[in-house]
Amino acid sequence: MVYGVLRFINFAHGDVFMLGSFAGYFLSPLVNRFLAPQSYLGGLIVLALAMAICGGIGILIEFLAYRPLRKRPRLAVLITAIGVSLFIEYTCQNDHVFKAAPREFPNLIPSAIWHVGKLVIGSNQVIVFVVTILLLVLLTFIVQRTKVGIAMRAVAFNEQAAALMGINIDSIISFTFGLGSALAGAGGILFAMNYASIDPLMGVQTGLKAFVAAVLGGIGNLPGAALGGLILGVVETVASGIPGLSNYRDGIAYGILILILILRPAGLLGKWQPEKV
Amino acid sequence: MHSGAKRALFIAILAVIGISLCSGFFNRYYLGVVIDIGINIILAVSLNLIVGHTGQFSLGHAGFMAVGAYIAAKCTLVLQPTCPPWAQPFLFIAALAIGGLVAAIVGFAVGVPTLQLRGDYLAIVTLGFGEIIRVFFQTTETFGAATGLAGIPHWTNFGWAWGCAALTVFTVACIVNSTYGRGFIAVHDDEIAASAVGINPVRYKVTAFVVGAFFAGVAGGLYAHHKQFISPGGFDFLKSIDILVMVILGGMGRTAGVIIAAILLTILPEALRGFAEYRMILYSLMIIIIMIARPQGLFNFGRAAQTKV
Amino acid sequence: MTPLLKLANVTVRFGGLTAVSKLDFLLATDELAGLIGPNGAGKTTLFNLITGVYRPTEGDILFNGESIVGQRPDRITAHGVARTFQNIRLFGSMSVFDNVRAAFHLHIVSGISHALWRGRVFRDEEKAIAAQVMEMLELFHLGKFRDAPAKSLSYGDQRRLEIVRALATRPKLLLLDEPAAGMNASEKIELMKLIQFIKDKYKISVLLVEHDMQVVMGICERIVVLDYGLKIAEGPPAEVRRNPKVIEAYLGEELKIQN
Repeated sequence: MVYGVLRFINFAHGDVFMLGSFAGYFLSPLVNRFLAPQSYLGGLIVLALAMAICGGIGILIEFLAYRPLRKRPRLAVLITAIGVSLFIEYTCQNDHVFKAAPREFPNLIPSAIWHVGKLVIGSNQVIVFVVTILLLVLLTFIVQRTKVGIAMRAVAFNEQAAALMGINIDSIISFTFGLGSALAGAGGILFAMNYASIDPLMGVQTGLKAFVAAVLGGIGNLPGAALGGLILGVVETVASGIPGLSNYRDGIAYGILILILILRPAGLLGKWQPEKV
Repeated sequence: MHSGAKRALFIAILAVIGISLCSGFFNRYYLGVVIDIGINIILAVSLNLIVGHTGQFSLGHAGFMAVGAYIAAKCTLVLQPTCPPWAQPFLFIAALAIGGLVAAIVGFAVGVPTLQLRGDYLAIVTLGFGEIIRVFFQTTETFGAATGLAGIPHWTNFGWAWGCAALTVFTVACIVNSTYGRGFIAVHDDEIAASAVGINPVRYKVTAFVVGAFFAGVAGGLYAHHKQFISPGGFDFLKSIDILVMVILGGMGRTAGVIIAAILLTILPEALRGFAEYRMILYSLMIIIIMIARPQGLFNFGRAAQTKV
Repeated sequence: MTPLLKLANVTVRFGGLTAVSKLDFLLATDELAGLIGPNGAGKTTLFNLITGVYRPTEGDILFNGESIVGQRPDRITAHGVARTFQNIRLFGSMSVFDNVRAAFHLHIVSGISHALWRGRVFRDEEKAIAAQVMEMLELFHLGKFRDAPAKSLSYGDQRRLEIVRALATRPKLLLLDEPAAGMNASEKIELMKLIQFIKDKYKISVLLVEHDMQVVMGICERIVVLDYGLKIAEGPPAEVRRNPKVIEAYLGEELKIQN
């Protein structure tokens, strides 16, 4: 989504994801002072707050680091994004901040286990499903049905024309970043709920995989990104289960990407934008 | 200008050999850093050909370096026991050359499928290739898997490192500063216009990758015989970024600027060793500030900032 | 005699849009022809088809009797087709000199190994090329700008540079895409003289896409008119000017008053 509007890959996205997890880590005990620990309401509040915090961080990053580079060559913005990502990672690893050691993420919701036939499903996993679908529906609604969404799509299509139509480009870009970062934060919470351990570098591989998924589906294309994410997730999980292949897990994501891009240079659902000559 | 290049190379090689013979007098630590500089110059100048001159976003250069390092190290480790001392320099050259050649083949394998891709897609794919290479070495027992290869003989000295650096600079500079070489820059500026004047963008992109990968491979081989130990972790995405920052700082396409940037960015982490904790934080902050304040690079005097990348 | 350029039944479709439809067109050697039509008629698309940027959905394009459909643009340039672009596409980071020098690419022997070895062959060739580049720049009054960045030239000079660059490939056919765009009256007269000069000196055919009627009617020996991808008229300027279909395409149908 951010790519669609801004035409650049935000390398710091994975780190906002990480910050979301940490936000949840610190917010959970706070929320537990007012509510019973491990309640759905508590979990929801933590999620909402973490998303808000991450949204704010995203807007801040955009304002400080990317806005000055709006008109600059693409590679420059890409490198800056990498710089921001490294900055966040190393600052968080510092002993005065989060320290590098992993921490255990608290249980946000009551843990329950259901048996459906041969499947064993935990409440944390179900929540991931439910929240993801809800957020995707919400996102689609915002992008397709609201005024802000139309403005976002206009800016994505043609920034100059959108400005001429009275759209405040700066606000829209900030909003897009905020929205994207909030979602990343949500991703961080959901991830932490299922994988329990969090550390400052957890966003690196996940962030890269997110781009792979987005590019796979045709970057700038929301349904494509969702499809890409799904495919990538399934393939990786299946590969981890196959002995002999599990070591190559990290490489598989990239392997698929390269394969798909060779066959379809614009991604699975992407539109090939031929250059007007 | 044209014949001056060979003369310059000759003098450079002589100077390098001369200094190398005296290297026993230098402090071991500083000598190590200077050798690191030489290796980084090779890496930066070779990446510059791909990114700066030809305009291809390549975020996986460390992968080529890894290939060169592992192949060269493996050659040496396997053949060294049976190699008489007088033949060792030849074994070293052979190992470096083979490492470079295999890296060049990998460069070809990366360059060809990515021909259609632009900008960010290309960036992610080259990053992907770099990661795949790293994962490959991480899982292959012959190359030590996650533990890497140790016990590599310390054959890299000032002479080898800087001699190869001189050769790299000579090669890239000579290639680019010719009518043939204008093709790279034409492809960088405007692929369609380049085609319209008879320049085949495919040929140039692939050539850039192959030549760039070759020298990165040589640098990798030198690196392996300098640190005496290599592991997959040392050739990851961050290493690729390190090299890319040198190219960007040096002004993308300005060979002289890129060399200066390589020197500075090798010395900087060493100089900041005292601030170990804050070193990377400062480094990343520096990247951000430089990109905002002076994206055409620190050493890009007099050349107009690129309008299109 | 084989025509230099022949388009036979050329059609190109982009999704649902037919940009060029069943076009037949011949261009002889040493001919100066114009291609006109309202905006969106398919003129630049036709250029892109000839130069290999687009591939025709149907039909064939022959250059000197040989089909060039499906060939890469740089191969087509090697056959002898050169072009300029509607929105000037110079090599922005290179100097004026290098922009032209890059176009000599097709006619050099020195490749990568020569560039490295820097022997006699290389040095002599580079010297010869430098001399030829300067000769062309001087001929077109761009000599004094030789080391200036190509982007720093005035608009008119940039257009001229693009033409010089195209000529450096030693074409047999030169395609000019709206060369008079953005020019004032006196610049247009200079341009007309320039095109005539090029045709006479280099003995090449020129195909011109242009909106400016003064330029087109002034120098073209033959004019082809396109509208919505179809050829609606062809002939010498005087004839085309009077053709009712052409007038209709530009000015619209006469209003029929009901009553």
